[in-house]
Amino acid sequence: MRELVILSGKGGTGKTSITAAFASLAKNMVLCDADVDAADLHLILNPDFKETMEFKGGHEAVINPDLCTQCGRCMEVCRFGAVRDSFEIDPIDCEGCGVCVDLCPEHAIDFPQTVSGQWYISDTRFGPMVHARLGIAQENSGKLVSLIRTEAKKLAAKNNLDLILTDGPPGIGCPVIASMGQATAILIVAEPTVSGLHDMERVGRLSKHFNIPAMVCINKYDLNPDQAQKIEDLAQKADIAVTGRINFDPAFTEAMIQTKTIFEYNPGSQAAKEVRQIWDRVLSLPVFNTPATPILNHL
Amino acid sequence: MIISVASGKGGTGKTTVSTNLALSIGQGVQLFDCDVEEPNAHLFLHPSIHKIEPVIAPVPKIDLEKCSFCKKCMDICRFGALAVLKKNVLVFENLCHSCGGCFEICPEHAVLEKERSLGDIEHGTVNGISFIDGRLAIGQVMVPPIIKKIRSYTDPNMITLIDAPPGTSCPVIAAMNKADFILLVTEPTPFGLHDLKLAVETVKILGIPCGLVINRVGIGNDAVNQYAKKENIPVLMEIPFDKKIAQIYSRGEMIVDKIPEYKDKFLDLFKKIVALVEKKEGSK
Repeated sequence: MRELVILSGKGGTGKTSITAAFASLAKNMVLCDADVDAADLHLILNPDFKETMEFKGGHEAVINPDLCTQCGRCMEVCRFGAVRDSFEIDPIDCEGCGVCVDLCPEHAIDFPQTVSGQWYISDTRFGPMVHARLGIAQENSGKLVSLIRTEAKKLAAKNNLDLILTDGPPGIGCPVIASMGQATAILIVAEPTVSGLHDMERVGRLSKHFNIPAMVCINKYDLNPDQAQKIEDLAQKADIAVTGRINFDPAFTEAMIQTKTIFEYNPGSQAAKEVRQIWDRVLSLPVFNTPATPILNHL
Repeated sequence: MIISVASGKGGTGKTTVSTNLALSIGQGVQLFDCDVEEPNAHLFLHPSIHKIEPVIAPVPKIDLEKCSFCKKCMDICRFGALAVLKKNVLVFENLCHSCGGCFEICPEHAVLEKERSLGDIEHGTVNGISFIDGRLAIGQVMVPPIIKKIRSYTDPNMITLIDAPPGTSCPVIAAMNKADFILLVTEPTPFGLHDLKLAVETVKILGIPCGLVINRVGIGNDAVNQYAKKENIPVLMEIPFDKKIAQIYSRGEMIVDKIPEYKDKFLDLFKKIVALVEKKEGSK
């Protein structure tokens, strides 16, 4: 089974529009939306929700006022400043470490498991999809990303599908690390701006750190062809395979408004042609046909 | 006054708005780039950096001579960062949240605190603006402590502008929490609207007043405006979609330098924010 994870470092470069476009082209595939903070792939794919599951990510400390003697031990041991002067725990500041729970001499602190999101198995017109919604202001997004990727693999195995297409989150932190571990390869969607270059370089270094082969494509390259060239030069130096360029095309937004992929909205467009070329290169590059080096997936 | 510039969706123009707003106000502003996974503000402002400060977090180090292998440290750790074996204790530093539970619980005082580097913060200045940004080290995951470190330099006598990371989870909360105002930057597309709704829910949980900047007006539809009207969220500024602006941004240049009339627009935005914050404080 192979898994391609679409990443970018910088947000808003076109990850989701390009993932949806690839979904139009791919065969025998499961889709996975790993941007659990701000998932958008469903807005194009309009999934038919088949199963909804709760995600229990962590625990939250709650002081029982009937048992609390206000001795202050919890305030002393909490390193996150989450215990208010009124001996209540601020759920926003609480890290869920449970240290106060274990060290309270009165056993006055409960530690209920919190439902911090939901995840779904759905059908789309391109194949099954696993996606999720992390609750607002919740932690453990990395855990939820790992969970839905595991579920996507199970679903693929069950249905004899050999490809997982994963739309990743922006950044280089916890959810991004969770989205790339053990992937066959990542494709970085970069934009030809100074930020795009800077952020692509950091996500490229992250993939190297975890030994995941990386590729890059440049979206909206004609906004600044010089910057696009710089990205490709940097990619070559960093051992990141260059797979192509896509011109700036408002059709991506127009397609999105009609809940369509670029291939459904305007298959004859220049941008559609360029996305198809990139997809063919992704599938044919040796990097994507080499099994991934397994790493300890500890998030 | 603390103004946090946030968005939900990435790439809507948070950095554009926060850097141009900072330059327009000038003297008396602190700009904190709290998107520590991908900090970009420095690429536009080119501040002269006078100090780089590491951000460290304590992680356990076990004194095996004192350790009785009682496993209490492993039991209290909710993050699976410790594994007590027969004659050894393994510490998985990347899983540690630095909660200090193992130090507190160890009956033998065999858990020592060691420092681990999460990243750096940089202090600089540009055009009278005091600038700080943070940078998560590659492979590290603990973002909130870096944001908290940056925000520990908040000067209550200055205007503090925070360039927040995208999303709605813990890093965003760390960059929004205890702000006086949250400026949400969005774009008029289905993705922009969907993620704006998530950001508005986040702001509601925190109970902070907010307003909108709609960027790239003209590329999508007017659903964002309709939503804002329905939810009673003031639209404080609209920036049209203009290839010229996109190209200015792509080169790392400032809109207020290249199209000077934007300086007044950003100052007008700032005035509107101040008025909303004062109104909120007046109503308390």
